[in-house]
Amino acid sequence: MQVNLKVRRFDPAGDGDARYQSYSVDMPENATVLDALIQVREYVDGSLSLRCSCRSAICGSCAMRVNHRARLACKTKVTEVAEREGDEIVVEPMGNMPVIKDLVTDMEVHWSKVRQITPWLQPTGPEPEREYLVSNEAMLDLSHTMNCIMCGACVSDCTVLEVDTKFIGPAALAKAYRFGGDPRESRDPAAHVQKDRLQYLSDVPGGIWDCTRCNMCVEVCPKDVRPMDRIMQLREMAGEAGVKGSIGYRHGGAFANSVRRLGRLDEARLLPDSVGFWNVPRLLSEVPGALRLLRAGKLPWSHAMPWHKPIPGIKHVRRIVDQVRKERKASSS
Amino acid sequence: MAVFEHDVLVIGAGLAGMRAALAAQDAGANVGMISKVHPVRSHSNAAQGGINAALNEDDSWEEHAFDTIKGSDYLADQDSVEVLCQEAGAELIRLERMGVIFNRDETGHLGTRRFGGATKARTYFVGDITGQAILHVMYEQLLKAEARGQSPFRLYEEWFVTSLISDGERCLGALALEIRTGELHAILAKGTIIATGGFGRVYEPSTNALICTGDGMSAAWRIGAPLMDMEMVQHHPTTLKGSGVLITEGARGEGAYLLNSEGERFMKTYAPNAMELASRDVVSRAEQTEINEGRGIDGCVLLDMRHLDPQLIQERLWQIREIGIDFADVDIVKEPIPIRPGCHYAMGGIKTDVNGATPVSRLYAAGEAACVSVHGGNRLGANSLLDTVIFGRRSGAHASESGRSEKAPSIPDSVIEEERKRLQAILDRPKNGDRVAQIRLDLGVSMDRNVAVFRAAEGLEEERGIVAQMKERYAKAPVEDKGKVFNTDLLFHLELGYVLDCAEAIVLGAIERKESRGAQFRLDYPKRDDANWLKHIMLSYSPEGVRMDYAPVTITQWPPQERTY
Repeated sequence: MQVNLKVRRFDPAGDGDARYQSYSVDMPENATVLDALIQVREYVDGSLSLRCSCRSAICGSCAMRVNHRARLACKTKVTEVAEREGDEIVVEPMGNMPVIKDLVTDMEVHWSKVRQITPWLQPTGPEPEREYLVSNEAMLDLSHTMNCIMCGACVSDCTVLEVDTKFIGPAALAKAYRFGGDPRESRDPAAHVQKDRLQYLSDVPGGIWDCTRCNMCVEVCPKDVRPMDRIMQLREMAGEAGVKGSIGYRHGGAFANSVRRLGRLDEARLLPDSVGFWNVPRLLSEVPGALRLLRAGKLPWSHAMPWHKPIPGIKHVRRIVDQVRKERKASSS
Repeated sequence: MAVFEHDVLVIGAGLAGMRAALAAQDAGANVGMISKVHPVRSHSNAAQGGINAALNEDDSWEEHAFDTIKGSDYLADQDSVEVLCQEAGAELIRLERMGVIFNRDETGHLGTRRFGGATKARTYFVGDITGQAILHVMYEQLLKAEARGQSPFRLYEEWFVTSLISDGERCLGALALEIRTGELHAILAKGTIIATGGFGRVYEPSTNALICTGDGMSAAWRIGAPLMDMEMVQHHPTTLKGSGVLITEGARGEGAYLLNSEGERFMKTYAPNAMELASRDVVSRAEQTEINEGRGIDGCVLLDMRHLDPQLIQERLWQIREIGIDFADVDIVKEPIPIRPGCHYAMGGIKTDVNGATPVSRLYAAGEAACVSVHGGNRLGANSLLDTVIFGRRSGAHASESGRSEKAPSIPDSVIEEERKRLQAILDRPKNGDRVAQIRLDLGVSMDRNVAVFRAAEGLEEERGIVAQMKERYAKAPVEDKGKVFNTDLLFHLELGYVLDCAEAIVLGAIERKESRGAQFRLDYPKRDDANWLKHIMLSYSPEGVRMDYAPVTITQWPPQERTY
């Protein structure tokens, strides 16, 4: 089977521009994109640089963009991509990181965020004589996150990181869940470990409330870690632990209250409810943005006005909301 | 070009290396750690099934030791095995407290699974990602120690060791390429610990990652450290058809069957009691016999998990299910998966004592790169992770302790300059039509043919000639990439040099040992011969040729017996 690759090349010693180079190699039917790249590097063009090691989606070295989407090259079959997306396979380095050479990126962006989240377990109190006693279900729950191999695919394609370099990012936040959700990490209120962790993740610029739920990290993750779901779990844990001061948390509450009150979103109240009615500087700072939205027709004038009637049948909506709230309260106590 | 100094230099950042670095930091040493890949990319990741310790009430360290020694076909040094098994429990608990999310039983205590060659269930595990789960936690501990500034530490991430520095008697550190810049630097230390893992890429196919090229074994060999038991190369019974990717022994631990083309559980002929859970050498030979006698399917036999509860597979074997789907188009829940014996692990390596010390002063080794020896002729599954943390810790502690009395080494600038010239000469070689990849492939395929599960004089002699030929080709092989930044082409070239040294040592050991023991099965000497061969073979490099010595096997309380399963 002939495999056609179009590879983005970048030589740091060159003129500073990247260019695309095409290769065609003969490969067996079940070849992966990594197999084809290795064939190129070993027998066609030794100057092509990429990271790879285990060949079996365990080490996390070979994340790169294949047809403009971050994937592990070793886990991506040539036939699958070629059949679905056309004969020529475009291979590029990961996004949201500087390129060192060809397909090799500088992942310090990612590692620095891992260091930012206090990435180790913090038990307090006296150590048990042997192991900590915890349920297997709790360990299995964490194993979904421990399945993360830190390949960086989610970091590469994260749409928030693209516009906000402060965002801690999906991989590091998922890792934060791995500790915050570990029953061995101290929940003793006096020790403040879990609450401090959640407080930090809530308050820090680029923390858990900055995820826009675009789902990209879930789609590109080759190990089904579902980083976005972990971020949502952290948000819930923050609320349960009483970390409720952040705009993000209040925004969620404002959303729910609006739906309960009107059966739909009350955009005019959402902002003051989220940032606080007396937070005048913040409210004023949002005015130009709101005006732009109005001008662009993305926010209808009727929605921007603070008087609205509930939708017909609002009592049913309220009954549902109240029931959910009651159940959640019961399950958390 | 720069010179860096540390009390302890650890080469390799897998489990053995990181455990050594942590222990050295605990002892207050200034530690440097070099790795050619980011620590979490290390091959410890690939250990799937678990880690052994005799912690259950019905178990004892003596039983664990006996199983290990029987598994080794009595070639392991029993005093070393005693250390391994006695310290296993405490180290396992330490890992749990660090944060490893080990599987639990109904009572919330650590739960175990059965593994090959073990009379008791004593394998602790995280699904089938145990190595990965421990490796990432060990990296967390390193970050924790660094953040708390407990002692000076520097990680030379993506640096490649080109050679060890020796003054003829002592190891003084290493010369290393900073991969990102292509600059060569010297890192000097009072104690250097080799934790570079195995040499699996000597063979093709292999379960090992592409980075497993025996760098540390070869580099240590070149400065005079003896390599021991190198002929003992483990062929894992369940590696995937084609790529050779590992399918965990945990599958059989959870109850998977091995079937031949006639649908028979053939292990009943070879190991009627232990069946699929006999020692790896025994199972691999049984499979190869079935295949050779025409009861295989396309060079493979089948691993069958259809009778296992899909829920159990989802909770304990999710990774191999994914590997089967991704790399063999087989869903293990629905179909048996074709597997064959494949190169997996080096029982041999740099000879050390139980503190990681090698016969070369100031040089230590731990993990797969080392030969303590606790695995002898055949390693039991789930003893390798244990080996990395026990002897990683001991070597880190010992190197920092004995380094205290040493003076900081120094070297003339000419040492770096000469190495730089050597590398430049390789880069300057003209094209000659040959390729590093082709040499490595030719070597790997022939090793798989001649020095695998079954061996005989004829094939071994042929392989000796092939290795010599490959060395000649290698001496002229060019590097295509002439750039400085991330020149992986140059790294593969240097790695092949390491691979060839390991291949030579494996073949020489296999020719020398005229008996069958553990992983070494000689068709021309099919019996174990304790009278003549209950001893280790040690190979030492010198410019005049390889010297061969023998070392006695230490027997403490388990005299050699006939070995059946």
